[in-house]
Amino acid sequence: MAKTPDRWSRLLPLMVLLVALAIWAALSLLRVFPESVFPSPLSVLKGFGEEFRSGRLFNDLIASLFRVASGFALAVALGLPLGLWLGHGARARRALLPAVNFFRNLSPLAWIPFAILWFGIGDLPAIFLIFMASFFPIVLATVAAVASIPLVYFRVAQDYGFRGAELLTQVTLPAIAPQVITALRVTAGLAWVVVVAAEMIAGRDGLGFAIWDARNGLRMDLLVCGMIVIGLIGVLIDRLLVQLMRLPSVRWGYER
Amino acid sequence: MKDNPLTLEDKPLSLEDVGCAFGAVSVFDHLSMSIEDGEFVAVVGPSGCGKTTLLNLLSGFIKPTSGRVLSRGRVRMVYQQDGLFPWQTLAQNISLGLRHVKDEAERARQLGEMLSLINLEKFADHYPHQLSGGMRQRAELARALAGDTDILLLDEPFSALDYLTRLRLRREFARMLYELPRTVVLVTHDIEEAAQLADRVVVLSDRPATIRRELKLDLPRPRDPTHTVVVDAVHRILTELGLEQDNKVMSLESRV
Repeated sequence: MAKTPDRWSRLLPLMVLLVALAIWAALSLLRVFPESVFPSPLSVLKGFGEEFRSGRLFNDLIASLFRVASGFALAVALGLPLGLWLGHGARARRALLPAVNFFRNLSPLAWIPFAILWFGIGDLPAIFLIFMASFFPIVLATVAAVASIPLVYFRVAQDYGFRGAELLTQVTLPAIAPQVITALRVTAGLAWVVVVAAEMIAGRDGLGFAIWDARNGLRMDLLVCGMIVIGLIGVLIDRLLVQLMRLPSVRWGYER
Repeated sequence: MKDNPLTLEDKPLSLEDVGCAFGAVSVFDHLSMSIEDGEFVAVVGPSGCGKTTLLNLLSGFIKPTSGRVLSRGRVRMVYQQDGLFPWQTLAQNISLGLRHVKDEAERARQLGEMLSLINLEKFADHYPHQLSGGMRQRAELARALAGDTDILLLDEPFSALDYLTRLRLRREFARMLYELPRTVVLVTHDIEEAAQLADRVVVLSDRPATIRRELKLDLPRPRDPTHTVVVDAVHRILTELGLEQDNKVMSLESRV
């Protein structure tokens, strides 16, 4: 257990933020770069006001979140069962794991041309790309987690009369939960990175498109607004998933 | 081979001319032994001689290559360590041993009894990783004893503990068995543990293991580790294993 930080160390991140803002403001005041390629904090703040009034950034945010949620949910819904199957079956593992590894190491961005050709522009190509980015890491993490379950748990389950589906729901799933939750955190971060890239090329809305649009309209202040929102939402998603690690029945995976 | 149901199937546990081989390695060859109702048998022998295989045969986890293994009633195994499900609280773990008890109130009553038997009522809602090794093993014993088990198989249940904790747990286990008598087979490499706890100590030879010697201890349980009968038995077992040659033993041996 980490020591509870005192009041000063609680304020440290805030101080770092203030220092960063000060450096940013100083650079723009000193005109190190021209205002057109290096927006000042004030113009970004005005940009936020503009976006807030038009409601456009909010709509883009909803569009991106919808795509990430759909693609990620699909990847979990299909990747977890496949991982369980491969984890338990040596033969299936030998047959399929090299292929899964291949796709795991293929950047999902390489699929962008096909995503557009197959699914056009809009939600579908982005969901497809997010799926391709998250599915394979989830499968691999699940396989690894299943393979590392100590045999003794299954022997105990046998001694105490667990049968069939009970073995899955009461032994395998709780035993892999801590590792899978960690993998979900990593993969959700990956999905959030990918949605921005996908929307830049295959989108008509979404945060990625908002950035691309701002660049085309030479509105660097709005571009920075988009960047700030993307970063903050990414942190927020991770904070939400961290809550899963607080479940009492998974603490053992992180504390010993 | 002719069955002899009157004698063998009367016993809670018996091995009948059992052979067991892993590939070319023969672990047992024509091994026969039987265990009486309520008897506590300890099995000792050189490491790698097949003690754990013997337990796995008795529990039915592995099948003999030849011969028969007969057991009667509810058989449960206690493992060296980490046999508790880490995602369940102590109470939930012990309740695994009561899964077959249908009546909820009765199950709760028996759980309370088991918790008080091991003096861990206060820790009912703790998870295994929040407890010491000794507490965890006590909980494992309670789980195995819960719900009218007929036969307990113990695979070096105290060997992962420090010496003093081991002594304490031995005494506690003997007390539990005094209150809830069971048929027990204990596999251990701790000769003193075998002599203190068991009614009969079986000394196995190297592979393929045969019974080198059986020692009966006519002293009611629980006993102290320093009782002369226990100390005498330790001397005799060590001599049998070729680990002791001093004159005191020789004289004890010749006295018998």
